[in-house]
Amino acid sequence: MSSEKRELCLSGSGVTKVFGFGDKKTVAVDHVDFDFYTGELISIVGESGSGKTTLVKMLLGLTGVTEGDISFMGQKRDIRTHRKKKEYWKGIQAIFQDPFSSFNIFHKIDSVLLDCINMRGGRRLPKETKIEMMTEACSFVNLKFEELTNKYPFELSGGQMQRLMIARIFLLKPKILLADEPTSMIDACSRATILDMLMDLRRETGMMIIFITHDIGLAYYVSDSVYIMERGRFVEYGSADEVILNPKAEYTKRLLTDVPKIHDPWEFSRNKRYDFRKPPEAADGK
Amino acid sequence: MGKIMMEVNNLSTKYVTRFGEGVYAVNDVSFKVEEGRSLGIAGESGCGKSTLALSLMGYYFAPLHYIQGDILIDGQNISGRKPDDVRKNVLGTEIAYIPQAAMNALNPTRKIIRFIEDVVRAHNPKATKKDIYDLARERFEILNLEPQTLQKHAVELSGGMKQRTVIAVSTILSPKVLIADEPSSALDVTSQKMVIKMIHDLMELGYIKSMIFITHELPLLFNVTDDIMVMYAGQIVEKGSAEQMIFDPVHPYSKGLMGSILVPEGGTRDIKLTAIPGTPPNLKKPPEGCRFAARCKYVKPQCRMTAVSFEDLGNGRGSRCIVPETELREVYGHEQ
Repeated sequence: MSSEKRELCLSGSGVTKVFGFGDKKTVAVDHVDFDFYTGELISIVGESGSGKTTLVKMLLGLTGVTEGDISFMGQKRDIRTHRKKKEYWKGIQAIFQDPFSSFNIFHKIDSVLLDCINMRGGRRLPKETKIEMMTEACSFVNLKFEELTNKYPFELSGGQMQRLMIARIFLLKPKILLADEPTSMIDACSRATILDMLMDLRRETGMMIIFITHDIGLAYYVSDSVYIMERGRFVEYGSADEVILNPKAEYTKRLLTDVPKIHDPWEFSRNKRYDFRKPPEAADGK
Repeated sequence: MGKIMMEVNNLSTKYVTRFGEGVYAVNDVSFKVEEGRSLGIAGESGCGKSTLALSLMGYYFAPLHYIQGDILIDGQNISGRKPDDVRKNVLGTEIAYIPQAAMNALNPTRKIIRFIEDVVRAHNPKATKKDIYDLARERFEILNLEPQTLQKHAVELSGGMKQRTVIAVSTILSPKVLIADEPSSALDVTSQKMVIKMIHDLMELGYIKSMIFITHELPLLFNVTDDIMVMYAGQIVEKGSAEQMIFDPVHPYSKGLMGSILVPEGGTRDIKLTAIPGTPPNLKKPPEGCRFAARCKYVKPQCRMTAVSFEDLGNGRGSRCIVPETELREVYGHEQ
């Protein structure tokens, strides 16, 4: 999605979050500036405790901003009342790490999906159209609506719930999707499926996706630009190839040497170094 | 060829649910680990990796039940023993086990040295405090852990530090086999590398004779172990050296699994990830034929009919597939 006119979608200047007062003050996010453009795919990479999740919560408006401004679609964000917040959430949605705690277990799956349709202004649509929309959304993520209707979220498996989260996004079609560690609870095989779905969705709706992850391999694979976060600050940012292949910041370099790799194993690993461009047989013979 | 430290023959175990149904989580597993070598076990969640780790200890308690098979550690059979006997004579000296959340196992009200005293005294009731302290201090110094840690409580240590302490405590009696079940997956990459470095040092210094390392993270497995075994639905589907398994898998399932590796290295961005559609079979009623048949791209009618046995391909390699190796390679070649 490299459109000629880059439309500023979400930007922030000097965004800060401080928890506690006085001696117990903890600066979780420290004067962060960013400009995210429409249709971009961005990754924010950081280890645990670097302030990634706090930043997501601020972007979503789930927690207040201590200092600084966040602008959405070129205008200063205004979420002072609940009505305005709801309006804001039409444009920005999230998928969280733990699908089990993302759903209200007292609400049936039908009502979860119906809420999305209502939020998009489809409250007055006839029932058949609504069911059609829900069926379409479910089939997009390889779920069968007939099997899900009248069920509660806890009756589904983790992978199914994570896919249902994506079905919600399909119905809502937000401008921005914040994916907070969307694949850290599922294993490598299902990860590929989830990523494929998100990419399809992005192609279809042209939304911007912000991946929040600690998995630098995932960030490199999916994103256009990567932001590396350490102790509440962006220590490095740029295009994925720039940051991952030619890291400048010390922290990024350390992160990249500590991540297990297969073509350049750790110095104490007993397995051979492989030249990536050669097929495995050729590397064997040398 | 080194001395065989651990040999497992046709091991099968099951869980029994409260309705009396059997869940056959480990089915006909056989392998050998030589002295000084490490074996990795990979597979998606729910394929029986962790159950295999529990079964290998020979320490069975409900709902896990032993069905058949032998576990030989340095020639000594430990299967089918009573749990009490296993705890006294096998755990600690023959086998050490590190579960995923090992760091949460430390009682916060006790000092680290007390855990070591417990471990040593369980096997040697006459050991004096002084001897134990000397042993622990020496071991901690060799492993680059501060000896002061011994006098600390668990709450004073960070996550990575706790995990390393637990590993040091559980291997204090120099066991023959270390079974590590995702020892680093709750940690961030920097602590992970330190934990792995320590396990590596333990192996190099001969404090543990061999290791079984379980994780679903394939790049990590490649960095840690000599051999890799892939499990699917309670069975071993492929076995081989780490290089062979990562770069040149044979079985369709391992092929799919290796195609989902993500690493931050140049050139990996353009490769399309392979996703394996579908879900693993229900282990209450495992399918008659090949357990992977329902998700396999190269499935043939006879795959669903008869059970597939584990074929030795030579060079320590083996695969559980009805389609011959040459034919599979031909198909893979066409796809690229």
